Amino acid sequence: MKDIHQFLCSPADSTHRHGPHDRIVMSSRVRLARNLRDHAFPGWAKKPERVKVLETILPAVVAMPEMADSFAEAMDNLTALDKQLLVERHLISREHAAKNVGSGLVVNRAETFSVMINEEDHLRMQALRPGFQTREAWQAVDKLDSALEKKLNFAFDNELGYLTACPTNLGTGIRVSAMLHLPGLVLAEQINPIIQSVNKLGLAVRGLYGEGTEALGNVFQVSNQMTLGESETVIVERLEKVLAQIIEHEENARQTLMEKKPKVVFNHIGRAYGILANAHSISSKETMNLLSLLRLGVDMELFPGTQRSLVDELFLVTQPAHLQKQVSDKLSAEERDLIRADMVRERLKNVNRPLVKPAGGTAN
Amino acid sequence: MQCCVCKEKPATVHLTQIVGEKMQKLDLCEECAKAKGINDPTSFAMADLMLGLGASQELDPSAGAVEVKCARCGFSQADFKKSGRLGCPECYRTFAEGLAGLLKTMHKGVRHIGKAPEALRATRETVDRLKSLQKKLAKAIGEEDYETAAAVRDEIKSMTGAAPAKSR
Repeated sequence: MKDIHQFLCSPADSTHRHGPHDRIVMSSRVRLARNLRDHAFPGWAKKPERVKVLETILPAVVAMPEMADSFAEAMDNLTALDKQLLVERHLISREHAAKNVGSGLVVNRAETFSVMINEEDHLRMQALRPGFQTREAWQAVDKLDSALEKKLNFAFDNELGYLTACPTNLGTGIRVSAMLHLPGLVLAEQINPIIQSVNKLGLAVRGLYGEGTEALGNVFQVSNQMTLGESETVIVERLEKVLAQIIEHEENARQTLMEKKPKVVFNHIGRAYGILANAHSISSKETMNLLSLLRLGVDMELFPGTQRSLVDELFLVTQPAHLQKQVSDKLSAEERDLIRADMVRERLKNVNRPLVKPAGGTAN
Repeated sequence: MQCCVCKEKPATVHLTQIVGEKMQKLDLCEECAKAKGINDPTSFAMADLMLGLGASQELDPSAGAVEVKCARCGFSQADFKKSGRLGCPECYRTFAEGLAGLLKTMHKGVRHIGKAPEALRATRETVDRLKSLQKKLAKAIGEEDYETAAAVRDEIKSMTGAAPAKSR
């Protein structure tokens, strides 16, 4: 069996992928939910039926040209640590990480496609792209779906569209989402009204790991909620418009903060640097929240010579499963906090203290 | 008034949302409201919540009727109430009546617009076209415009006479 940790590219490489507007939009994804016509949904099917569905779908997905270089495995062959690692990479949902016999996963090496088999639906295929590329992600997953429908009999109803286990996904089965880093709006205390107005447009705002999670590190996921009664293109376009507005608000918030409350901004960033560069024990949660401020500092040119990808890499490798993977012994949470602090101190060794004003004069 | 989630504590959070022509009401105690993530009633979509709560009302069998089970997979309304998910694709037909109201509150519309599997796309177009022609025919007859009616009738005839999978 291939090791997922060895298969996936290193965290350093994965954070060097760039896309449009990636200083605010960390990644874009489009997911489609599909089910086989003649089988019960995964939550209701008994084990033999789920295994049969997996055995039908897995080879079909692996045969797709997009999946030429891919990792395909049944979930019961993955360790709890491997699954957590995949969650931290945003390649599978937390719900899928809890699955075992009868569920499976196919992910390609470039991490641009990830297909979950027997999660809530028989098939959850997603296309992932760095930066603001929701349209490209839709086109990619649309193509994969069109090729798969030639091999698999999807449950489709003329009135209701693609039939899904949960009625909330009925119709198009689409979820378009983007992961946004919004420290400016959080610091300026404008985030709640923004979330409310986005909600009013029928879009959901969630935390770092999706449904029911908190916005660690000022990272928010924005996605559509309604899937029936509108075409995929209309849904993608609406999300694009809203995202463009959020980007604008975030940029404005950062600029206004620098003009009106520069000391507040410098204080936050300076303290974040101080703790990260000097701590000897630090939790994953605190690390993420402080790294968010460091990232903001890089964006504002307070750390000349430091790349955003260094911060993004730390954001990934300091999370529990990634950290555990780097050492051979099984670590307790306390031990992880020590190793995490050591790692962050070491990586920030060559990062100088933040400037007290942006390198290029005013920040943009 | 009791909280409709825990059915224990008194309800202090009252939500009303009007979607289309339907009004929905939820009465929750403070803890359940917090647990459901409702801090600001204006900003949350009821659809998420409806699945756990309203679903029971929406799918309740008409008074005294025997519990309906999906003939294909044996899934019942009680199962839906528990999980908020259905048993199999056929369940959408089995529980169509109860689901209709729920879908209306959850989504933009109740009819799918967008992608369809290629194999079904042509049939789908034909069905749509036939439906609109039938409407046109009924309207023409109602208006005693027999000339149009005859033309529409011929068009329907030619469509149903020809291979049904072919559109246009």
